[in-house]
Amino acid sequence: MPVDYLPILILILVAAAFAVIALVVPFYLGPRNPTKVKSDTYESGKLPYGDARRQVPVHYYMVAMLFMMFDIEVVFLYPWAVIFRQLKVFGLLEMGVFIAILLTGYIYIWKKGALEWN
Amino acid sequence: MAAIEIPPLNFAALLPLLIVVFTGLAVLILDLFIADKRSLGWISLIGVLLAGVAGSMQQGLAGFNPAFQSVAIVDGYAHFFNLIFVVAAALSILVALGYLGRVGLQKGEYYVLLLFSTAGMMVMAAATDLMVVFLGLETMSIALYIMAALDRKRQTSGEAGVKYFLMGSFSSAFFLYGVALVYGATGSTNVNTIGQVLSGGGQGPLALLGLGLMLIGFAFKVAAVPFQWWTPDVYHGAPTAVTTFMSVGAKAAGFAAMIRVLMVSFSPAFTLNWQPALVVLAVLTMTLGNIAALAQKDVKRMLAYSSIAHAGYIFVGVAAGTAEGVSAALFYLMVYAFMNTGAFAVVGALEKKNHIGTKLSEYAGLHGRSPWLAAAMAVFLFSLTGFPPLAGFWGKLYLFRAAVNANLTWLAVVAVINSGVAVYYYFGVIVQMYMKPAEDGQAAFPGINIATKLALTVAAAATVLIGLAPGSIIAMAISGIFG
Repeated sequence: MPVDYLPILILILVAAAFAVIALVVPFYLGPRNPTKVKSDTYESGKLPYGDARRQVPVHYYMVAMLFMMFDIEVVFLYPWAVIFRQLKVFGLLEMGVFIAILLTGYIYIWKKGALEWN
Repeated sequence: MAAIEIPPLNFAALLPLLIVVFTGLAVLILDLFIADKRSLGWISLIGVLLAGVAGSMQQGLAGFNPAFQSVAIVDGYAHFFNLIFVVAAALSILVALGYLGRVGLQKGEYYVLLLFSTAGMMVMAAATDLMVVFLGLETMSIALYIMAALDRKRQTSGEAGVKYFLMGSFSSAFFLYGVALVYGATGSTNVNTIGQVLSGGGQGPLALLGLGLMLIGFAFKVAAVPFQWWTPDVYHGAPTAVTTFMSVGAKAAGFAAMIRVLMVSFSPAFTLNWQPALVVLAVLTMTLGNIAALAQKDVKRMLAYSSIAHAGYIFVGVAAGTAEGVSAALFYLMVYAFMNTGAFAVVGALEKKNHIGTKLSEYAGLHGRSPWLAAAMAVFLFSLTGFPPLAGFWGKLYLFRAAVNANLTWLAVVAVINSGVAVYYYFGVIVQMYMKPAEDGQAAFPGINIATKLALTVAAAATVLIGLAPGSIIAMAISGIFG
């Protein structure tokens, strides 16, 4: 029934109105007095230096990628640990295979020197 | 808490896949400790051949073996494609054993990535769930992206890798979006369930849109016009041993997944919708591939365009939409695996360091320098042209007959005219090899590596023998059709 979706429509309108009001009202009411510090780029309170468009060592990407991989491993490990007892030996073996495959990759990147930082 | 029931997992059904994966992992580790990378190649070859043996032993058992809660099925169809992948991988490894060392690229990663990519292809052929198709597609593709850029210091190879990666991820997104829409329309990602729901009728536009997006994804992977722009640059820029593998393997895997999805999920309910699209793809792919190949001055690039044209011929069989068309496409892909890897093996054998030696003029007088190499190349080119009694002739015959029997006679006529056009550029190479004198300064041929010799012998023998006695392979292709 289309009429069932009416609350969603109302919500969309309210959200849009809120956004418009929050932008328009301060624009007319708020005092404005920009300084150099105020209009600077803000990133966690660190002082900005240089341009964002500069070359970054490719090593950052390697580390980020490896971090992702082992992060995902933990994502699988947690639920497995929770129901470990119910999965019995089967679960242990399956996780063993999973870890073994990841470990193979780990040995590879280690030996290849992807973890060295020069 | 209730005990969790462990679903039956049919590991035995996926034995060839498991063999390939574990060989890949073993080679990955051995690569760190073995200095002689050629031994890694031979180990990989043994692994691939073992997977082939395991596959053919299963084939005797016959029947349908659903595995992992029906996300994969190991039927005659999957077996047949596994065999194609084994052929492509084994021949490519043999080509690489000679080629990589000579051009200074002897890296263990080639064999590791080839094995992982083969595993992805096997997943694609056996998958009966669209998410698993995607899984296989990505496993195959990501390994291939890296392989294309294996010679990363050479600009064209790096370009090939980046281009393939960007285009490939783009097409994967299309495919995935299609899967999402089909899921929205049918409530399932299982190929068989989708087929049942769609046969019930009622799910019109959404499923159709999903099908269209999925087709775009597949058309990218098999290099069909108008989704072929990446192909010449990638096939030409990638190291020849890599091109050998991906021109056959990736194409076969793309068709494997596409045919299963079209025939099981979208037939018969949507046959009338996808058939015209495939006919258009077939005509465009054949014609543009062949016309562009005419203008090439580089044999490797010419073979890249020729591989586009061959995808078009296979589309003719698929567009027929009949069991006959499917078995003809399967047979053709098997034949293509032998003759195309063979042709690229010759290109690889003639190539020197820094990607030099693939120009058409450099094939001049090859007959005088190395008569056997010239003879092998002639066999592959004649077969690619479709000359009787070589294997390529039967492949084309069955494809075109399937189109005629499906009331697409005009499509078969277009395909035959295209084969006629192709004669010109294939024969250009033969004329160079046999009738032109070698250019000045062309050093005497240095000789071919034993592994390359083996690859050439096997590929040429198969091209001739399948041509003389196509029966058994055709019977296998026919048994490969799913119910």
